[in-house]
Amino acid sequence: MRDAATISIAAPQEAPWRLPYRGTVGMVCLIVAESAIFLIFVVAYIFYIGKSLTGPTPAQVLELPIFGTACLLSSSVTVHFAVAALRKGKLRGCTGWLAGTVLLGSIFLITTAREWYHLIYDEGLTIQTNLFGTTYYSLVGLHATHVVVGLVMLLLAFGFSLFGFVTEAHSERLETLSLYWHFVDAVWVVVFTVVYVLGR
Amino acid sequence: MSLFPKQEMTANCRVSHGHRRNLLVAMCASSLLAETAFAQSPTNIFDPAATPAHSIFDLSMLVLAVTLVIFLVVGGLLLYALIRYRHRPENADREPAQVYGSNQIELSWTVIPILIVVTLFLSTTRVIMGTQAIPTPESAFNVTVIGHQFWWEYRYPKQGIVTANELHIPISDPAHPTPTYLTMSSADTDHSFWVPRLAGKTDVIPNKINTMWIDPQQPGLYLGQCAQYCGTQHAKMLLRVYAQTPADFAVWLNQQRQPAVQKFSGNPAAAEGQAVFMHNACINCHAISGTVSTGRFGPDLTHLPSRETIASGSIQNTPENLRKWIDDPNSMKPGCLMPAMHLNDHDLDVITAYLTQLR
Amino acid sequence: MSTTHAVEGIDGTLALQQSRPPLSVVHEWLTTVDHKKIGLMYITYALMFLIIGGVEATLMRIQLAVPHNHFVSPQVFNQLFTMHGTTMIFFVAMPIVFGWGNYLVPLMIGARDMAFPRLNAFSFWVSAFAGVLLYFSYLGASGLYAAGSAPDVGWFAYAPLTARVFSPGHSTDYWTLAVFLSGVGSIGTALNFVTTIICMRCKGMKMSRMPLLAWLYLVMSGLVFVTISPLTAAQIMLTMDRYLGSHFFDTQAGGSAVLWMHFFWIFGHPEVYVLILPSFAFINEIVPVFSRKAIFGYPTMVAASVGIGFISTSVWAHHMFSVGMGAAANTFFVFATMVISVPTGMKIFNWLATIWGGKVIFASPMLFCVGFLFQFLIAGLTGIMLGAAPFDWQLTNSYFVVAHFHYVIVGGILFAVFAAFYYWYPKVTGRMMSETLGKWHFWLFVIGFHLTFDFMHIPGLLGMPRRIYTYEAGRGWEGWNIIVSIGAIFQALGLLVFVYNLIQSYFKGKEAGHDPWDAWTLEWSTTSPPPDYNFAVLPTVNSRRPLWDLKHPEDPDSDYE
Repeated sequence: MRDAATISIAAPQEAPWRLPYRGTVGMVCLIVAESAIFLIFVVAYIFYIGKSLTGPTPAQVLELPIFGTACLLSSSVTVHFAVAALRKGKLRGCTGWLAGTVLLGSIFLITTAREWYHLIYDEGLTIQTNLFGTTYYSLVGLHATHVVVGLVMLLLAFGFSLFGFVTEAHSERLETLSLYWHFVDAVWVVVFTVVYVLGR
Repeated sequence: MSLFPKQEMTANCRVSHGHRRNLLVAMCASSLLAETAFAQSPTNIFDPAATPAHSIFDLSMLVLAVTLVIFLVVGGLLLYALIRYRHRPENADREPAQVYGSNQIELSWTVIPILIVVTLFLSTTRVIMGTQAIPTPESAFNVTVIGHQFWWEYRYPKQGIVTANELHIPISDPAHPTPTYLTMSSADTDHSFWVPRLAGKTDVIPNKINTMWIDPQQPGLYLGQCAQYCGTQHAKMLLRVYAQTPADFAVWLNQQRQPAVQKFSGNPAAAEGQAVFMHNACINCHAISGTVSTGRFGPDLTHLPSRETIASGSIQNTPENLRKWIDDPNSMKPGCLMPAMHLNDHDLDVITAYLTQLR
Repeated sequence: MSTTHAVEGIDGTLALQQSRPPLSVVHEWLTTVDHKKIGLMYITYALMFLIIGGVEATLMRIQLAVPHNHFVSPQVFNQLFTMHGTTMIFFVAMPIVFGWGNYLVPLMIGARDMAFPRLNAFSFWVSAFAGVLLYFSYLGASGLYAAGSAPDVGWFAYAPLTARVFSPGHSTDYWTLAVFLSGVGSIGTALNFVTTIICMRCKGMKMSRMPLLAWLYLVMSGLVFVTISPLTAAQIMLTMDRYLGSHFFDTQAGGSAVLWMHFFWIFGHPEVYVLILPSFAFINEIVPVFSRKAIFGYPTMVAASVGIGFISTSVWAHHMFSVGMGAAANTFFVFATMVISVPTGMKIFNWLATIWGGKVIFASPMLFCVGFLFQFLIAGLTGIMLGAAPFDWQLTNSYFVVAHFHYVIVGGILFAVFAAFYYWYPKVTGRMMSETLGKWHFWLFVIGFHLTFDFMHIPGLLGMPRRIYTYEAGRGWEGWNIIVSIGAIFQALGLLVFVYNLIQSYFKGKEAGHDPWDAWTLEWSTTSPPPDYNFAVLPTVNSRRPLWDLKHPEDPDSDYE
């Protein structure tokens, strides 16, 4: 009597059955979907370059956010080290690197906030002003929202790590989170190039 | 092994044969019906009356022929396979030979469709280029079309005329073509200019200028309507294109160029109507050339009686209808943007008398 | 002889369920994360909205049966076609496709559940809420103190009609938010499908041994990521325009109405492929079983499906041929649209070759598959007509297009879904559906479908645009519209028979056993209905048709792969 579980046909020896980690695949899917959303906002930005009927232009009011960008991109490095530390079982190292990541990400948000304050109150550029205002705030704002979500998750991870709840067995999960963070940074590279380099 | 009782099998086969016969009868009947209906429709895309519609017609015949052949071949093979290879009680025991694929067969039915696609693509490109990528001739007659919710505005820039809802154009003599070029945009939402016998439709979009051309060779009235959902009364934003002989067209142009009639000797009602009109909110939306009425939100009324219809082709232009319309437009075209003016009966009478005298 | 033996350790008889308090049953369904229950909830939800959407269609057909009819006002009619389209796409077709995938994919790849069961439940409940939200607009959109107002901007909500100035009140916002939330649910479910298919296949099931259904759900899900997201982005932009004063689609400020069209159709076209790929999946599983032959050209079917997925992201502007994009853009999109017909045609030919030389059994599932094959062929051919841009300049925005896409969605997708019901119902419930009622359903529906949608092409050819609440007499449209409206009655009757069959068979249907159709994929190796854990022992497979190998040990598929 045979059933699906035990097929006694002489089956060739196959390699051990290993499939990818669910978390990584799931996060990659999310990244693909989010990239498509960002792409549409980037397309809108590029489409409307030079088409504003009034108001301040990018060249007039935008300055390269070098410091904020440096902080954000460095935070990718720190989160990478956090994952590496956790893989080797160095829990205190992981906590430290996570703290650094959260700190650098927060600094980036603060620089963005300061830039927006300046643009709104000193230059008079809001989302309603013209097409540049519309596309700029929506694109940078969408990115900032993703940074906030990432920071919340990283803060949680940092908190768990600080109080000793994180172990080496969680390294795949932390890597999944770090993938998200790398994605957020990669989006910033694109936004930076399109808005602050090409668009001006 | 027989999963299904024998009786059920034969019943199925009988039904499928009967189905085929009925299908044939239905096809003949519908093609007869089609002939009669097609012949009577003034908006039949297969009854072209201008060059763009003609080129589309020619292309469509090619496409229809190719797709019909594909349908007959593939559909025929499918029908044949279903009948020939149906499960019969005699051969119920064994499974049929399991065929997993065949590279040659699959290649052939990849290559042949590719060839068909290339042919159709090239023919299509030719028509696109011939309609959209040709230079505007010197002899072109220009009209500007502005789409509104829910009426059409026509401006003749060289002749200095503004009119509404009924487009008059000269016919085009094939020997010396004078196509009419329409430069189109919208004042509010998206619309689409579609007069099937003259050309395919072109959308009328705010903040965008689209151009199309038509060159009817026979004088006559060509019908169509807005073909892009634009709001509540999209359904009644009708199109009426009057193609006229050069002589008739010159007469019409001349008449439209006159300023509005202002003296109504022997018609005190019309004179009083003019005063009532000019003192009411009518002047904010409508224009009557040579008067203080210069509104552009609604149709130009300078030569309103020269039109056969009002409300963008949906209502016959008679004094009774005009009076009813002014009294309460939403009772005749619910959702249109002209408000009820709440005039008393006397004012309604005199305004109607005035407007019907505007020639 | 088909006797797939029971998996060891499971009692296969339909034991009488011990009666439990109703509240406990409700609680179980509300909090379940089991893919089978979630799948069934999606399907039931979709059937309810199918009936609502069908009522909306019937009301429209009554209004359009004669010219200058006064059955409904223009305002109500415009709401009806908006709600009908939005409901059918987002709250019928998507859920039913996700529901069947949820139920079947883990079973067919030998897994116990989806990769992320809680995400699965969340995605369902978000989508369900979205549907309720859309219909709440009837009550809430202009404030409860006034009559409610459902959205009336059309299911593709072109700008600037959707701007505050042209659509005051909140009806448009209900549309935007409901569809947005539905999109969130869709992305979650698609994420689950991809992860499940890649990470949870049973031992021995290499990608090249997966059932074609799994491949098609994989491609579909990948497409969802790049399809739904543009719509999500566009809706965020629209809401910003309406509430934050931005100018994305504000033509008065230099914005572009055409940009919305591009964004919408970058979603809208691949969306229909999201819906048709699972329909292909059902046909791929059912036709071989009822032709008693393996699918012809498995590798080609996979390649064609992937190809269709990719190409479908490049054809979107064939919905915009009349918008004035210019000759170059029009030419490109003609080319892409025609190219996609090649892999699609290959699939039709492969189905033909599967049937060829087989032994076709015309049970209800196969009847609907046959309907699909002919109807999808015709739908594809009218699609080619529409792909020839100048021909499209006449046909677009007319009833020809309405006929074409209903041919695809009803004649194609819905027929495939009906086939799936008849085929997998025994697995889900343990009972067979009535064959007699199945045939009544089929013939009533086929007659109604063809009366409505064959003849609907003709008013389009005679110049009748779409989305009009009434039309002029004397244009030759009258007779055809009556015939179209009559077909709706037959379809409604067929649907009623179907629902009755579903319910009656649950209580009175013949016991099905594990494998009533003598099929070959893993779901037929477990009990009907499957236990919560799907398989007592997770299977190991050596070929694409593991049960064929078991039943034909002298000639297993593994010898040929």
